[in-house]
Amino acid sequence: MEIPRHWRLKQQRYSLVGEVCPHCDYKIFPPRDVCPNCGDEAKELYSFSGKGEVYSYTTVYEAPTGFDTNAPYTVALVKLEEGPMITAQLTDVDNSAVEIGMPVEMVTRKMKNDGDERGVIVYGYKFRPTLNHT
Amino acid sequence: MTDIVIAGIGQTEVGEHWDISLRELAFDAIQAAVKDSGGLKPQALFVGNMLAPNLSNQAHLGVLLADYAGLTGIEAVTVEAAGASGGAALRQGYLAVASGMVDVALVVGVEKFTDKIGADVDSALATTGDSDFESVQGITPSAQAALLMRRYMHEYQVPKDGFAGFALTAHANGATNPNAMFRKAIKPEAYSKAEMVSDPLNIFDMAPNADGAAALVLTRRELLPPNFVNPLVKISGSASASDTLALHDRKDMLYFDTAQLSAGKAMKQAGIVLDQINFFEYHDMFSIYAALQLEAVGFAIKGQGWKLAADGQIKLNGKIPCATMGGMKARGFPGGAAGVYQAVEAVTQLRGQADTNQIANAKFGLIQSLGGPASTAVSHILQRLD
Repeated sequence: MEIPRHWRLKQQRYSLVGEVCPHCDYKIFPPRDVCPNCGDEAKELYSFSGKGEVYSYTTVYEAPTGFDTNAPYTVALVKLEEGPMITAQLTDVDNSAVEIGMPVEMVTRKMKNDGDERGVIVYGYKFRPTLNHT
Repeated sequence: MTDIVIAGIGQTEVGEHWDISLRELAFDAIQAAVKDSGGLKPQALFVGNMLAPNLSNQAHLGVLLADYAGLTGIEAVTVEAAGASGGAALRQGYLAVASGMVDVALVVGVEKFTDKIGADVDSALATTGDSDFESVQGITPSAQAALLMRRYMHEYQVPKDGFAGFALTAHANGATNPNAMFRKAIKPEAYSKAEMVSDPLNIFDMAPNADGAAALVLTRRELLPPNFVNPLVKISGSASASDTLALHDRKDMLYFDTAQLSAGKAMKQAGIVLDQINFFEYHDMFSIYAALQLEAVGFAIKGQGWKLAADGQIKLNGKIPCATMGGMKARGFPGGAAGVYQAVEAVTQLRGQADTNQIANAKFGLIQSLGGPASTAVSHILQRLD
């Protein structure tokens, strides 16, 4: 069980909170306190829109402990609208329907069981094909 | 600077050694390497290991192995850099001997995968990525390689069986390596029909996790024992580089910066150019990694690394022979030992002791050990001394 860790990461897991560099305006996710673009200190929080597109994807059949009951599942590299790339599972879509360049949006879903039957259920971000909101 | 030589080499057969423990495996390799060196007495032990705390519930390997080998009293530590642990341990041994602070260093790489099976092994491997932002998504190293491979195939219009050449070459070479896990050549049809691991990555695009240990004895040339009989091989270049831990944080994930940086520095130190390298032991944990290393080191331009394999240019008689003893694909991937196996195999080539796998007139070999998707790369140039 890793309860403090899951608690500590709640802003990232539930609402994609990263950072914006006050020196060069570079958008950063996940948060890191040294801007990867200009090397200056970056600590200002920034909430990402959760919109992006699929850069690459694949299917996991043999999954690690805690994920194995969900296998097979699709994982992707998603390029967020604001710039950063993120590793995430895709959901609400058949693997055969996924394409590079497909628009996706962030949703909150169950990620894994943390340990035995008394462990917490870990929730976090996944991405689904963008719905056509009118 | 005086020549730092690899005086002794030792290795166990790579495979599923259900009946042999981690310490016994390592000792077999240590014993062989010390004997091969003419009986040099190690003053320091550097252990390359990737996952023993997870796979065998065993940390503190430096002491475990020094103790079991009857070497208590000497300095003994573990060096960990995921899949590059073996290369990183070799570099620490090299630095120790080159500094003059240690006269004889023992480098041993060891991994015992089969103490765990199934999802527990995948969990252990997943700890080498970014735990907070990669592993939590259920991604494994093979899935990550598949993500790279799909994007590469998309960008460069690689045909479906474009990567087959890596596995075909590795298995052809592994067939005649008595220490290889798989000693059978495969046909192109076997690749075409192979089971998917994570599409587009199939079972032949991926090296098998296996148990194994390999060891090296390093010293300065003038300290070699009078009864030393082997042809001399020196370390003429050594370098290591780091990149972002997470693949998603790369500016261009289809270029392995660390492979370029470390190989470039090692070649500069050795005072050689690319054309002088006679063979390349790359880190073919995944075929896509092999392609990206060929490109980053400079043997192929960007997007064309796979063609070297497809065109037979990495075979024993090709332009740049790779995986000459089977590579990780056919010899097997014993985690933190993999980088030490590369050195053992390169020394075998440079001594002219590789039998049917021998590269004619081999003088310079490049070995490159990767941790994660080239988050770490450690490169060494080994040179035959005439």
